Amino acid sequence: MIRIIAFLGGLGFVAALLVGALMPREAVEEAVTEKFFKEHKHVSFTTDGPLGKFDHAQLQRGFQVYKEVCSACHSLRLVSFGDLTGIGYTPGQVKTIATEWTQEQPSINPDTGEAATRKNLASDKFPSPFANDVAARAANNNAVPPDLSLMAKAREGGAAYIYSLLTGFQEPPADLPKDSRPGPGLHYNPYFPNLNLSMAPPLVNDGQITYGEGAPKPTVDQMAKDVSAFLIWTAEPKLEARHRAGIATIIFLLIFAGLCWGSYQAIWANKEH
Amino acid sequence: MSFPWAKHYEPTHPFMQWMDQKLPLPRLVYNAIGAGYPVPRNLNYFWNFGVLAGAALVIQIVTGIVLAMHYAANGAVAFDSVEHIMRDVNSGWFLRYAHANGATMFFIVVYLHIFRGLYFGSYKAPREMVWLLGVVIFLLMMATAFMGYVLPWGQMSFWGAQVITGFFSAIPVVGEPIRQWLLGGFAPDNAALNRFFSLHYLLPFVIAAVIILHIWALHIPGSSNPTGVEVKDEQDTVPFHPYYTAKDGFGLAIFLIVFAVLLFFAPNMLAEPVNYVPANPLSTPAHIVPEWYFWPFYAILRAFTVDFLWVPAKLWGVIAMFSSILLLFILPWLDNSPVRSTTYRPLYKWFFWLLMFDIVILGICGMKPAAEPWVRMGQIASAYYFAHFLIILPIVSRIERPLPLPNSITEAVLAKHKAA
Ligand code: HEC
Ligand code: HEM
Repeated sequence: MIRIIAFLGGLGFVAALLVGALMPREAVEEAVTEKFFKEHKHVSFTTDGPLGKFDHAQLQRGFQVYKEVCSACHSLRLVSFGDLTGIGYTPGQVKTIATEWTQEQPSINPDTGEAATRKNLASDKFPSPFANDVAARAANNNAVPPDLSLMAKAREGGAAYIYSLLTGFQEPPADLPKDSRPGPGLHYNPYFPNLNLSMAPPLVNDGQITYGEGAPKPTVDQMAKDVSAFLIWTAEPKLEARHRAGIATIIFLLIFAGLCWGSYQAIWANKEH
Repeated sequence: MSFPWAKHYEPTHPFMQWMDQKLPLPRLVYNAIGAGYPVPRNLNYFWNFGVLAGAALVIQIVTGIVLAMHYAANGAVAFDSVEHIMRDVNSGWFLRYAHANGATMFFIVVYLHIFRGLYFGSYKAPREMVWLLGVVIFLLMMATAFMGYVLPWGQMSFWGAQVITGFFSAIPVVGEPIRQWLLGGFAPDNAALNRFFSLHYLLPFVIAAVIILHIWALHIPGSSNPTGVEVKDEQDTVPFHPYYTAKDGFGLAIFLIVFAVLLFFAPNMLAEPVNYVPANPLSTPAHIVPEWYFWPFYAILRAFTVDFLWVPAKLWGVIAMFSSILLLFILPWLDNSPVRSTTYRPLYKWFFWLLMFDIVILGICGMKPAAEPWVRMGQIASAYYFAHFLIILPIVSRIERPLPLPNSITEAVLAKHKAA
């Protein structure tokens, strides 16, 4: 009985599926976005691989790029000033960075209770450049600049994608169809899945930022790489600790596995199996 | 029941004797996973995965309980509370990555455990109940993992919940009200998140209880083995402890190494990047895909594209997806062959490996966006999936002439050793 019901049910499923499979398909043209979209570039970071580490000098340069360029539009709401000690700043330097930060923290006037602002403390998260999404949209061609804290984990390709995006602004190709061309306020970038985005190229000139003594030359490429590395850190500040713990754990487990193998062999020595 | 030659628990220490009279818990353990449980001597590594699945459950429960101390199940703060765990809680990144990748490890070992059951015919009499309870555990695991994935409240959490609960709206008339009742609203929101968290905390303990029944049911006939020939005498078995505790210990070490590599060096390899974007009901991600362990079932769901026999395509998909798992409940009665191990089934073997290949294809189709050639491929692969279990298997098991079986486990083992 059970087999008869199963057989009939099986026939039903198979028939429905094969009818579906035999249905002719409408020819679909390759979408324009797919045709012009480019896979992110290949670039290496010091954090790559199981032994990857942070390069504090690079992260500090990347932070400088964020501070001087990106922070005008993008928040970093999951990171606090105090976290910067993790990339080699001293608590004293952190305090200076916090108090000198142009965007202040929203607060209230202690006497009148009216909205006010105050200087940043080390324990504060980075303040958002816009009071709210409406303000952000109004200032950015109707697009909200996304928060960058997790950006290096939130896109296919991660930091390499960010790097490609920053260095990928270009003139639209001649054969790009008219309705895919960038409209007013939009910029063509084949690494962006929609091809046109509302962010104007933020890094345009070599030397747009002045790096300190002994740093590499601040070319657009170098600045893009540095800020991408910085965003790896903001997305995964515990990466180095994770790699270190991983190596120790694996060494321990290999020894443990060896001991287990030995006792397994000893116990089964005279037992064919 | 156990074999008559099973060793008996005889405590020598006065405290253990006292304990045995008052609460014979050590006796229970001795008989269940100690020297008092005789096990076939020829088990291969595939028999290790049940123990590993238990280990994975313990890891999920321990890491989950600590995560729950820091997590907040509220739509406004859930995403940030997970980031708080990742950044500010001591070793929080470890807990969270262990739990998220632990779910992956759990499904890997459970799928291998199910593979063992299918290949070696473990679902057949007298172990049908063990198999049935296993399918119950599998369903509970899927529900737990689905609800767990909603908790971080990222984009894929939200849209996954939207799609999965959307299944119910395929049911005519009552579907939509049921969906709203389950979600506590028109779309996933705080009410849904809270109940998912509550159930996500509960179900692993239900799973633990069903595992006890699973092992209890197993201990009545005892474990099967790679030849599928039943135990005949004492020579065929060894005591579980120390023989299999040692062998399983080695398997556990390998499991932990694989787990550690994933956790420490590629913790986001299987994660969807968009889930690092907070849930936003107003912005639909380009591709909504479930976790890898649901891909084959997702492919079956999407394989039905035409209304057929007055049943709408969407409803077919939902029924088929549930049936693809529920049919495992009748598997012991679909396969009549008295021979358990596929090794001795020359005809069935071909269909078996075709099914394994088919499931891989289904997985790929489930991962890809719903476009050609994946849809058509998914339709053909789904058709074979159902045809295999519901049509081919009952026929093959009737017409096949199996190869000669060894007379006993010991004979098979000794023959193998002579050959080697
Ligand atoms: C003038 C304001 C402005 C500045 C300065 C700026 N951005 Fe943007 N950015 C935007 C806007 C607006 C968007 C949203 C674009 C869209 O969705 O069309 C955006 C989007 C992005 C994205 C996300 C693209 C995606 O995949 O959605 C990244 C990454 C990014 N910016 C990085 C940066 C970095 C790094 C800097 C500093 C070097 C920077 N931006 C400077 C306005 C800005
Ligand atoms: C059958 C066992 C379990 C499975 C398969 C499972 C699966 C999952 C999955 C897939 C996630 C989402 C992963 C992520 O991206 O974070 C998750 C999250 C979570 N689980 Fe579990 N889980 C199990 C047991 C438990 C238990 C026992 C608890 C608590 C008692 C628990 C508590 C949590 C919490 C608090 C989260 C959210 C935190 C986070 O996102 O990391 N889980 N679970």
